[in-house]
Amino acid sequence: MADPALSGPASPSSQKPDSAALYRTVRLIRRFEERAVELVHDGQIFGGIHPYTGQEAVAAGTCAALRPDDLITSTHRGHGHVLAKGADPARMMAEIAGRTTGLNAGRGGSMHAADFGIGILGANAIVGAAAPIATGAAWAARCAGSDRVVMTYFGDGAVSQGVVLETFNLAALWRAPVVFVCENNGFATTTRTDDAVAGSITGRAEAFGIPAARVDGMDPEAVFAAAGTAIARARRSEGPTLLECVTYRYDAHHTWEHAARPRYRTPEEVDLGRSRDPLEIQGARLPEARRAQIDAEIEAVLEEAVRFALDSPHPDPATALDYLYADGTQARAGVA
Amino acid sequence: MAESTSKTQQISLSKGLNLGLRRALEDDPKVLLMGEDIGKLGGVFRVTDGLQKDFGEARVMDTPLAESGIVGTAVGLALAGYRPVVEIQFDGFVFPAFDQIVTQVAKMRARALGKVSMPIVIRIPFGGGIGAVEHHSESPEAYFAMTAGLRVVAASNPVEAYWMIQQSIASDDPVVFFEPKRRYWDKAELDPTATPYPLYASRVVRQGTDATVVAYGPMVKTCLEAAKAAEEEGRSLEVIDLRTLSPLDLEPVFASVRKTGRLITVHEASVFMGMGAEIAAKVTEKCFYSLEAPVLRVGAPHTPYPPSRVEEEFLPDLDRVLDAVDRAFAF
Ligand SMILES: Cc1ncc(C[n+]2csc(CCOP(=O)(O)OP(=O)(O)O)c2C)c(N)n1
Ligand SMILES: [Mg+2]
Repeated sequence: MADPALSGPASPSSQKPDSAALYRTVRLIRRFEERAVELVHDGQIFGGIHPYTGQEAVAAGTCAALRPDDLITSTHRGHGHVLAKGADPARMMAEIAGRTTGLNAGRGGSMHAADFGIGILGANAIVGAAAPIATGAAWAARCAGSDRVVMTYFGDGAVSQGVVLETFNLAALWRAPVVFVCENNGFATTTRTDDAVAGSITGRAEAFGIPAARVDGMDPEAVFAAAGTAIARARRSEGPTLLECVTYRYDAHHTWEHAARPRYRTPEEVDLGRSRDPLEIQGARLPEARRAQIDAEIEAVLEEAVRFALDSPHPDPATALDYLYADGTQARAGVA
Repeated sequence: MAESTSKTQQISLSKGLNLGLRRALEDDPKVLLMGEDIGKLGGVFRVTDGLQKDFGEARVMDTPLAESGIVGTAVGLALAGYRPVVEIQFDGFVFPAFDQIVTQVAKMRARALGKVSMPIVIRIPFGGGIGAVEHHSESPEAYFAMTAGLRVVAASNPVEAYWMIQQSIASDDPVVFFEPKRRYWDKAELDPTATPYPLYASRVVRQGTDATVVAYGPMVKTCLEAAKAAEEEGRSLEVIDLRTLSPLDLEPVFASVRKTGRLITVHEASVFMGMGAEIAAKVTEKCFYSLEAPVLRVGAPHTPYPPSRVEEEFLPDLDRVLDAVDRAFAF
């Protein structure tokens, strides 16, 4: 489990966790997702979402260990990463509700939110596709003489995609300053990790000489500590690390499940999975009153986020042909 | 014949596929199903529901999330005499497998001087209209149709789905089989004792005299509705379900255009470089003196698929078809 390379000195920013800040992020993501699911059910978010509920410790812990100028890529289950990296919750809510005030004017939606200004290179709906993108960005940082680090998230399903394994090889060869964060939430859609992954997730990285560790993905501070070590290693130009954060998806693979109700896990199993709640684990580290104060703050933030999103306009279909080409050429219209 | 297929019954399109797959599994022990979440779950659209339970995990295989690997292993299985049927979960996820499909599946037979066959079926739910997110609503059929060595077909209704999936599995050529996602829940009466229409043939699905409308997959229903609306306005549209995109069976289209003098092609995919372009070129060449108007094409703009809130603006619908008909008459 503990790789010697992972016990080196942490980066200055990651030495001591700010328990309240971590709790705040976990709480923000949890409530954001709950509000977003309500909006899906109300018909305000089209196409549904992949809720991040249950996995908040991973986004909160890893992003807290990053510097503001570090970069991330995210996944189809990406709201948590985007919020933890610092995106405005109101503009993120507007984005997934497809409004023009969203981070990407509603064009990215739930699975493709990006905020380049704060280092979010984009969520990505194609499983595995972001790993090489992050590694390219990491290599670019190195070439530019920067000590920036790139963190890339993917699920347990993604480690079976060839492109992820190709990326491990490239990243290890180049010693790219990238941190691979695999969120093992037990399932790829309805397929259990054990039914899809031969060997182990950490073993896949180790086969390329990439140090890897299994981390308690329900504990924000454990994630923070492991991320700090991996980030420090990347910053010292010592190459990539893989963190397998063992976590549990509380809600549906996608909100489509709320109606379709496929049976692939029992209610008892879900209860067990939910018994170690990152919100409670981190909440218990704060005085009651502080916790209540943060909760109230978050409620206000999300109230405003939902209001902002719902008050914002839908895109004008006439703009659909914009932005496609650098020279401003408009796309061809539909009927020839 | 199995009890499940012995009497006339009301079925949905996904059930038609399910019954067709079931029959293929019963009829030929070499038929195998592979894909993500297809076994225990029965597929996200329930097309393979119950098949793993009845045919076992060796014949209905849940695979890891690895499209290139899935299609690549299907090639090896096909070389060994199996008939793999691969499910791609959504249109936008076929691209990791595109390499295997284009460089291996399509070319293996010609490369081997015909000594081997690639009886692989690659099932792809395609098209929009279900309010889904990016990569879940696309129409990538033209990429495959332009690749020599592949057969490309699209079913338009439950009965066609039932027969065409079985015929595709029986075909010794690799078939990219497009399923009209938004029509999965449409119902029709299936008579499993009927004689199926040939797979690689287009079909007149409504007779008419004033203009011809050609479509495939999800747009066939839209065009039939447009024809009904046009009839109320005194215009008689002939509707042809193309069914097969490669090979393209255009003789029925030529015959129709010689009668009507006007042709409108309709698909959800981009007009630019879409199937309609090939059809228009061929019809112009073969029916030049019969045409009263240029062939008009209805389809999507040449942009990425939009957020689902505005997909109605993007997708062709009854009005866009009728507008094109009007324009064909205005020449
Ligand atoms: C290339 C590709 N194939 C299939 C899909 C459909 N799909 C979306 S999420 C998913 C499961 C992903 O599992 P995992 O990587 O474990 O992430 P999780 O959903 O558990 O967060 C699948 C199969 C996809 N998005 N991309
Ligand atoms: Mg997973």
